Amino acid sequence: MSILDKFTPLRAQYAAIRKAGDPFAVSFDDILSSTEGVVNGRRTILLGTNNYLGLTFDEASIEKSVEAVRRHGTGTTGSRIANGSYDGHRRLERELAKFYGQKHCMVFTTGYQANLGMLSTLVGKDDHLIIDSDSHASIYDGSRLGHAPVVRFRHNNPDDLAKRLRRLENEPGSKLIVVEGIYSMLGDTAPLREIVEIKKEYGAYLMVDEAHSMGVLGERGRGLAEAAGVEEDVDFIVGTFSKSLSSVGGFCVSNMEGFDILRVACRPYMFTASLPPAVIASTLQALETLQAEPVRRVKLAANARRLYNGLLDLGFEVGPECNPIVSVMVPDPGVATAFWRALLDSGVYMNLALPPATPNSCAFLRSSVSAVHTNKQIDYVLETMGRLGVQFGVLPSEAEVALSAEHPAATGAKESILTPELDGAAAMV
Amino acid sequence: MTGTDEQLLGEIAETLGGVLERPVEITPDTNIVSDLGLDSIAVMNFSLAIEDRYDISIPLDQMADVATVSDLMTMIQTLRKAN
Repeated sequence: MSILDKFTPLRAQYAAIRKAGDPFAVSFDDILSSTEGVVNGRRTILLGTNNYLGLTFDEASIEKSVEAVRRHGTGTTGSRIANGSYDGHRRLERELAKFYGQKHCMVFTTGYQANLGMLSTLVGKDDHLIIDSDSHASIYDGSRLGHAPVVRFRHNNPDDLAKRLRRLENEPGSKLIVVEGIYSMLGDTAPLREIVEIKKEYGAYLMVDEAHSMGVLGERGRGLAEAAGVEEDVDFIVGTFSKSLSSVGGFCVSNMEGFDILRVACRPYMFTASLPPAVIASTLQALETLQAEPVRRVKLAANARRLYNGLLDLGFEVGPECNPIVSVMVPDPGVATAFWRALLDSGVYMNLALPPATPNSCAFLRSSVSAVHTNKQIDYVLETMGRLGVQFGVLPSEAEVALSAEHPAATGAKESILTPELDGAAAMV
Repeated sequence: MTGTDEQLLGEIAETLGGVLERPVEITPDTNIVSDLGLDSIAVMNFSLAIEDRYDISIPLDQMADVATVSDLMTMIQTLRKAN
């Protein structure tokens, strides 16, 4: 009898997945640029690293980082409440608040901790937390760390949200709704305008996690709330530095009066080491670059369209909206794993998403496009996807296509695994 | 089992069958996860369906305490009374 015995079922599941190549243990021999690494001695296109603006090798960010590590050392060796804040921590909070046009900002050591901290602290045992059922793990974990009862609503379904708020109407306490700007698995956005209407109707608070939409959506790159024109009605925005800003860390901005009390109430903020000077410095620079070079967002959107439409043209079933997260449905998890492995062997790194971590219990290949991917790289990915798609039976072969053109009923329509309304949206793109 | 309990059991079986898209036979002692082979997504869809059927909200932490169909029946009855 071992303390690890309870993992026996997981061990068996993991062993089955690993047979085709372990998707959770990819090891890079080297990272060459924002879009290229080396895996098993082979140059590999990075198409699954959320490096939206391609700033990991940005010269200015690197220089600022090097300067900071020389001037202020390698680490802070503790938390801000114990060891104090460095000038950089404060400056980054001021700059983020300014960027979002909000009064307050708190910086966390990771994006995960930002959600853990805000959700476990904002709502107490007499309040209510209402989250989208497809929320990121950090939102679920933040919900569990706190003491408020947690209720889920159906993914991106404002009517379902309203129904759940209606049931809580006579309950005392504050109600906090949590949604994401862009959902990390399928790249779909929250119907934020409708959600804001419901939030106002029921007097709830609203938090939007812009982890995957900061630097991606909105005229100034603030995210979905900006793009949807509802920033005034969003009470809290959380986000991360590990995607568009190419470092590590998280934040929350808000206009809420008295926000700063959270600095002495929020345990995931108080009891962890603060970000080291080099990270703060590159993040500050990246935030400046994000604002100074809107062309990166334009190129990112163009790259997303090139990949998304290219995959659609090949006949793949993709996510419901064209965003830099582009997912290809491969319903059979075994086929998906083998497909993913073959892509890696062909020099393309994507993410493999397997149930139960996926919506609709479907497996899929998830990619994230960067502003600095070249057309040549994206075209190579499309060509490889097309070839492997046929090889793994995800796409019909040329012979089957010819046959179905002659006799439309011969091959039969592929049954969609998406919900009808999502499928309709995909068809309209 | 009272008549109300039997009716509730039948409704739960029907809801579960709808979520799993197959007929389901249950007793109050059936363990929802291990006996029926539900993964976490199926559990979530099932709890959302139960919430809709009875117009209740089941907080996540309370759902975690539910192991058997009988636990679920008790919880549904308690939440409906509270409403």
